[in-house]
Amino acid sequence: MSNKVIYAIYNDDDILMDAVKKTRAAHHHIEEVFTPFPVHGLDKAMGIAPTRLAICAFLYGCVGISVATAMMNYIMIQDWPQDIGGKPSFSYIENMPAFVPIMFELTVFFAAHLMVITFYMRSKLWPFKEAENPDVRTTDDHFLMEVAVNDNEEELISFFQSTGAVEVKVIDKH
Amino acid sequence: MYTFSSKLKTLSFVLMAVGILGIGYGFLTAPKDIQDVEKLLAAESHGSHGEAKHETSGVSDETHVATADHTEVTEGEKMVEGTAAGSPSVDSSKVVEQIQAEPVHAEVIVKKEGHHELSAEEEHTEHLNHVLHQLQNKPWSAFYVACIFFMLVSLGVLVFYAIQQVAQAGWSPVLFRVMQGITAYLPVGSVIFFIFLLLSGFHLNHLFIWLDPEVVATDKLIANKAGYLNFPFWIIRAAIFLIGWNLYRYYSRKNCLAQDEANDNLNYKKNFKLSAMFLVFFIVSESIMSWDWIMSIDPHWFSTLFGWYVFASFFVSSITTIALVTLYLKAKGVLEHVNTSHIHDLAKFMFGFSIFWTYLWFSQYMLIWYANIPEEVTYYITRIELYNLPFFGAVVMNFVFPLLILINTDFKRITWVLVMAGVVILGGHYIDFFNMIMPGTVGDRWFIGISEIASVLFFLGLFIYVVFTAMTKVPLLAKRNPFIEESKHFHY
Repeated sequence: MSNKVIYAIYNDDDILMDAVKKTRAAHHHIEEVFTPFPVHGLDKAMGIAPTRLAICAFLYGCVGISVATAMMNYIMIQDWPQDIGGKPSFSYIENMPAFVPIMFELTVFFAAHLMVITFYMRSKLWPFKEAENPDVRTTDDHFLMEVAVNDNEEELISFFQSTGAVEVKVIDKH
Repeated sequence: MYTFSSKLKTLSFVLMAVGILGIGYGFLTAPKDIQDVEKLLAAESHGSHGEAKHETSGVSDETHVATADHTEVTEGEKMVEGTAAGSPSVDSSKVVEQIQAEPVHAEVIVKKEGHHELSAEEEHTEHLNHVLHQLQNKPWSAFYVACIFFMLVSLGVLVFYAIQQVAQAGWSPVLFRVMQGITAYLPVGSVIFFIFLLLSGFHLNHLFIWLDPEVVATDKLIANKAGYLNFPFWIIRAAIFLIGWNLYRYYSRKNCLAQDEANDNLNYKKNFKLSAMFLVFFIVSESIMSWDWIMSIDPHWFSTLFGWYVFASFFVSSITTIALVTLYLKAKGVLEHVNTSHIHDLAKFMFGFSIFWTYLWFSQYMLIWYANIPEEVTYYITRIELYNLPFFGAVVMNFVFPLLILINTDFKRITWVLVMAGVVILGGHYIDFFNMIMPGTVGDRWFIGISEIASVLFFLGLFIYVVFTAMTKVPLLAKRNPFIEESKHFHY
């Protein structure tokens, strides 16, 4: 019984947004919403906590700039100092302007790539993963809201039909 | 409708009055002749940092070109050019040899050679004359920095407004009247600025040394540029630019007000076309303006991205000004449709353009640092040796501080954080303009003292008075703008 969910399917993002707000107001638990494209403001309407990805990005950037500094210090100062353009590489700080572009690029590189990887891991996405969306139409032009059922099947069906759903299904999830 | 609160009005008058007193004090206490300077230097040498400081300035400061001895290394040939009054009997062949051996120190060597031939007394008089000119320039320069800074801030707001028009931005129309209010300072600032340029042209001050025919006669580098850097052409360019910007401001505001009562979008469309044309005119005129009014203060030096650099500096100041004025008016409760998302967007622009400024600052610095060409590096050597604190302080205020404080999403909506960041950014960019102008005019005699602070206070008072008076004249909502509904409901 506890694994039963309702799939309410909509064909317009504005109707979906209104339905999400009504569902939240009626205190039904929204498990997930599947959409073919990002719907602006949906995360707030669903009551999802703000993303912490930005904090990760900042930390990854700090790692990137540290790696770049250590790397350039080893390559250009410690391991093989050269005299380029009359600026002998005796000290990192004196040659720092030359290394700034590299420090900047690696900051961006680390922040961007690690952020994407983090995002995939948090979203439980990896290569060859089986698609999770319950209805293929959510990749085309339909929006699907998944709501948990707690012995109130009949009530929920009529509720979702009143929110403008084009289709309401009850599914037994394994 | 907004009413200019009497407190703010009083504040603006007090600022102007204090400013005028301070500016007057600066001019009155500037030394009149070399006797004054001698006394001043004697008094200084009893202090902690006497002679050593003057010695360093004697060899490294490029502004010496302005006065007595014109010793220069030409671009192509690394050859010693004419030495006018200062060093008549330099053994030039010997100098050339030395320079070829060590081109970086060319100027230093020439100076030293020259000084050996001079009697100590002559050298002293020359130095006194030089310091006299720098000190006489100081109140003028202080006035000039504040004058150009506030004028460019209002110009930058005008550009930001024009960009919003051309981009048909949906978020910003609720801020249009705020931007137009700030640009009300542009005509006032332009007139004061133009008068200042005229006074420079009539030799009341010596900020632009290439305006002095004696300097041009003895300086081959400046003489070569005389076709472009001459008073009539320069002042005509200034007039064209200032009139062009003010015309756009006038007609754009007129159309925007007419749109309020219109039944169709004709005025809006006119503004769109006008704004597009203005932006083309602006980006060309801005570049030339930056060479004419700022870069030509160091007439031997040039940088190809200087126009962008100046633009980045005043543009971020302008956006900061919009944010601060908006926050003030919002706190007064007269901008009912401005929500935190609008503020957030302005804060994002403040953050983004602070990074943009740093990018250009560093691009200009790194290329010159790496290439290490004598006539280019003098610009930075002067700044790093004599202006160390303002030079690096500007980077901290304009880059490090905004980066750390505005990177956080939540902070971009908190009023006191934004006000703090805004004040630091505006201060930092004032110092940035200070760094661009002062080294070429007062050299090592710089000090942020009464003249500088009073000039800023005067223009700040005038700015507040003009801007907030303009805001009281018209409704603060462009109610018939086609995007006004979108803007009212803008939600980030």
